[in-house]
Amino acid sequence: MRTIEGRKYTIIGIVVVLFLIIWIKLFNLQILDISLKISSDNNSQRKIVIYPSRGLIYDRNGVLLVSNEAAYDLMLIPRNIKEFDTLSLCSDLDINIECFRERLKNCREYSGYRPSLFYKQITATQYAILQEHTYKYPGFFVQNRTLRRYKEGIAAHVLGDVGEVSLETLKSDFYYSGGDYAGKSGVEQYYEKILRGKKGVKVYLVDVYGNIKDSYMEEKYDTLSEPGQDLTLTIDTDLQKYGEYLMLNKIGSIVAIEPASGEILSLVSSPGYDPQLLVGRNRGNNFDSLINEKSKPLINRAISSTYPPGSVFKLAIAIVGLQEGVLKPYTSYPCDKSIVGCHGHPPANSVEKAIQYSCNPYFYFVFKTLVQRGIEKSIFKDARIGLEMWKEKIVALGFDRVYDIGIPGVNKGQVPGADFYDRLYGKHSWAFSTIYSLGIGQGELLISPLQMANFCAIIANRGFYYNPHIVKEIDHNPTKGTNTQKIFTPFDKSYFEIVANGMENVVNEEYGTGYYARISDIRVCGKTGTAENPHGEDHSIFVAFAPKDQPKIAIAVYIENAGFGGVWAAPIARLMIEHYIKGEVSDLKLEKRIAEEKFVNKQETNAE
Amino acid sequence: MQNKRGNILINLDWITIAVYFVLVFLGWINIYSAVYDENHSNIFDFTQRYGKQLIWISAAIFLIFIVLIIDSKFYSAFAYPFYGVGITLLVLVLFVGIEVNTSKSWFEIGSFQMQPVEFTKITICLALAQFLSSLNFSWEKPKSILILFALLALPVLLIFIQNDTGSALVFFSFIFVLYREGLNKVLFITSFALIALFILALVTNLEVLVITILIASVIGYLLTSSRNINSKIIFYSFLLYASVSIVLLNYTDIFMGKEIILILINVSIVSLQMIIMFLINRNKTLILFAVLLISVSGFVFSVDYLFYNVLQTHQQNRINELLGKNNDPLGVGYNVNQSRIAIGSGGFTGKGFLQGTQTKYNFVPEQSTDFIFCTIGEEWGFIGTSIVLVLFMFLIVRIIILSERQRSKFSRIYGYGVASILFFHVAVNIAMTIGLAPVIGIPLPFFSYGGSSFWAFTILLFIFIKLDADRLQIFR
Repeated sequence: MRTIEGRKYTIIGIVVVLFLIIWIKLFNLQILDISLKISSDNNSQRKIVIYPSRGLIYDRNGVLLVSNEAAYDLMLIPRNIKEFDTLSLCSDLDINIECFRERLKNCREYSGYRPSLFYKQITATQYAILQEHTYKYPGFFVQNRTLRRYKEGIAAHVLGDVGEVSLETLKSDFYYSGGDYAGKSGVEQYYEKILRGKKGVKVYLVDVYGNIKDSYMEEKYDTLSEPGQDLTLTIDTDLQKYGEYLMLNKIGSIVAIEPASGEILSLVSSPGYDPQLLVGRNRGNNFDSLINEKSKPLINRAISSTYPPGSVFKLAIAIVGLQEGVLKPYTSYPCDKSIVGCHGHPPANSVEKAIQYSCNPYFYFVFKTLVQRGIEKSIFKDARIGLEMWKEKIVALGFDRVYDIGIPGVNKGQVPGADFYDRLYGKHSWAFSTIYSLGIGQGELLISPLQMANFCAIIANRGFYYNPHIVKEIDHNPTKGTNTQKIFTPFDKSYFEIVANGMENVVNEEYGTGYYARISDIRVCGKTGTAENPHGEDHSIFVAFAPKDQPKIAIAVYIENAGFGGVWAAPIARLMIEHYIKGEVSDLKLEKRIAEEKFVNKQETNAE
Repeated sequence: MQNKRGNILINLDWITIAVYFVLVFLGWINIYSAVYDENHSNIFDFTQRYGKQLIWISAAIFLIFIVLIIDSKFYSAFAYPFYGVGITLLVLVLFVGIEVNTSKSWFEIGSFQMQPVEFTKITICLALAQFLSSLNFSWEKPKSILILFALLALPVLLIFIQNDTGSALVFFSFIFVLYREGLNKVLFITSFALIALFILALVTNLEVLVITILIASVIGYLLTSSRNINSKIIFYSFLLYASVSIVLLNYTDIFMGKEIILILINVSIVSLQMIIMFLINRNKTLILFAVLLISVSGFVFSVDYLFYNVLQTHQQNRINELLGKNNDPLGVGYNVNQSRIAIGSGGFTGKGFLQGTQTKYNFVPEQSTDFIFCTIGEEWGFIGTSIVLVLFMFLIVRIIILSERQRSKFSRIYGYGVASILFFHVAVNIAMTIGLAPVIGIPLPFFSYGGSSFWAFTILLFIFIKLDADRLQIFR
């Protein structure tokens, strides 16, 4: 009996031990395990992101180009879903149940507990309905966002587009979360960090259904959003619109620069598109059709397409020749058509005349003297040295380089040097006779319209330029830095004067090749070019600046497959100049003829 | 002396009563916190659970008076009729009861719901005390054992049929009562060992477990028997054999899906070896170990069978979840996971009254009933949970000590019954909220919301307090 009574100690012992086990476990849970506290916070806190409004974009005259409009996204935290009337949600959103399941699956795959985009950009009506019903759909909530509004429908390539951030961006830049928008091209992309502003966060306490209950810690951890900064572009809306009008049904580009500042007045790439197409629910479809379009409207030809410059390049050869001393202002060369083809013109007995007549044999000889300097006995070695010296000077004129203009996708172009031909033909197995076509702007030269316009601006300034740029002001304060620095080229001012005179003659004198660019009361200086295109009709090129003294505009016009530069590119340049300087155009017949002409179907392959 | 015996107010154990009221008060404010929302912040709002609980508490005080007024002899005299009523209710609920959470264990009378199982805890406890204290009962008589078994098995069976596994398991806690009253020590230890094995069988691989048992029994044999050369040979050969088996299991697929055959071969070879050894050196312990080995292996397999063929899917899931076999925090383990988060996030001092975010925003289901402990853990922290734990432990140990001072066997057994029931409820309920025990859905006494269970625990406890108060009236 004694032993049986002793059993009470066993029983009390078991009770105490089990309570002790529970107590130790509680100690472990409540004191040692920190992860549970974090889980609790994640459970009950919802960070509502306050999206800032994206910066607005104005043109140089204060015309609003890009603004914002409100949009609503339906977001979902899959973990918080409870049983609910799915059909009711489907009818609110006007989608079918398969679509619903598909979207739910996608959200779940992204994350169970982070908000993901369930249905983007719901309409205002749907928004109103959903606002009333969200309490019925645990886990869902509506997120306000802003969409871009491109008011003028112009300059799509300059402005670029805004789209949902890609997965790669999400991984590399922690600023973004799923469903956020970011600039994808153009200024929108380049100035993303300025335009986007700063997201704010509001921390709320939520219940198990995701319903907001209260603000957290009296808003101590909330941050305000900062609106994005506005941009003011150098683009002149009027001129841009006019350029796009003139380029209708043509493939090519116009780049107009204000020489005194490097500001890009217009940057037309044709065919273009309405930037508003890439906003909203139809963005995906429109993007697909644009990218599949044969004429490749998404390419910004003005900065990323490069072509042989044709006769325009003679201007550069002349400047380099004069500077190197191999060419004197009144050097004369015979127009020997047996060497390279030319057209009938009076003898080119000066640099000015040679430019005016665009004499091919003349520049053949100039280039020859530049390349074969007679420094080495071997013509091959000699040509190597000569070409390198030539290239150095040519590059100094702004070719073969990438301009940081404020939109991504600027092409470097190509000025071939000795190494290039070594690779092509082998070292010491090429000489002037192999590469002579460079002298008349053909061959392996690749120049973008932007580079050509800037080159024209250098001549207009008689030897210097400003980095061409597209953004004038950030947050209504002028941009600082490289854009305001005058960059001098290593050439004597007088040689530019000679070239400018030649260009003046091109437009204004008899036998000038660019007479279509003539304006009665403005001294336009220009140069025609025709780039041979092995794939089809030649590309028509024209560069010009005007007026001759204190030029206001330097312009390069490229039209693919339009033939001789003087016929199509020159009148377009003329109309642009007149429109910009005078605000109106005198020859409306010409304007009509140009705008109605189509070159789209003549194209076979785009020039590289 | 006579006066002291007669005055119930003096003889009442006021310490227990005080602990009871402290627990009830804590329970009530935690229910208030668990269901609190700004729109119904009045603690006396009778449309809310805390308001209703206050009604139950007030009514319970009335019940306490009745319990204390009734003559203590009444409880022993009417123990069997009460038992009969309890069984009748359990049968009745199967026919006219309504189903709540897959358990058909509720009566619905008007807008009130009543769970008879809560009250049968009292009646069974009374009947058990009455039967064990009767002069007819003897552990030696098979008839006594049989009746005892039937007495307990009948209600347990009925509750199982109701699909209220949690409540049925409560009655297994009477093992303590039986042990105190003279149940064979070996049986008591065996039943504990079986429970441990049951859990082990579910946690680990069967193969690993059986091989562990094999090695353990061999080592056990070696430790208890003389170290002669033969036993060493057996030891090493078994060890080698076991290792080969493990390698075979892990690195070959010959037995793919047929591991059971390998284990059976193992077990039979080892047993055979033991029997052969017995025939050689006539050591009885060998036979004992052979029997033990076979029966334990058999038990382990029956657990496996039981688990997959007797338990229902949701129970299997919950057990799997508990044992860490399921890793699905949003699925089956959601309750436990959220509950652990709630308790864990309380830290040392807790988030403060009404400040628990897990609690306030309904992350833990059933928070005012089975998971009320979360609220304590989250809002009052480790300090709060420790206090509650200590209070309960004090109450249970106090009841055991009070039971021991009873002059009547009936009172003592009943006291142990009360302690066992409370202990099981408290231990399992708290253990399940912190992930130590499967979620079997039993309330935390005096804390969980609900009239039936609250009244039942109150009556259960106060009958004992009444018996204790009257202990001096009984002459040895």
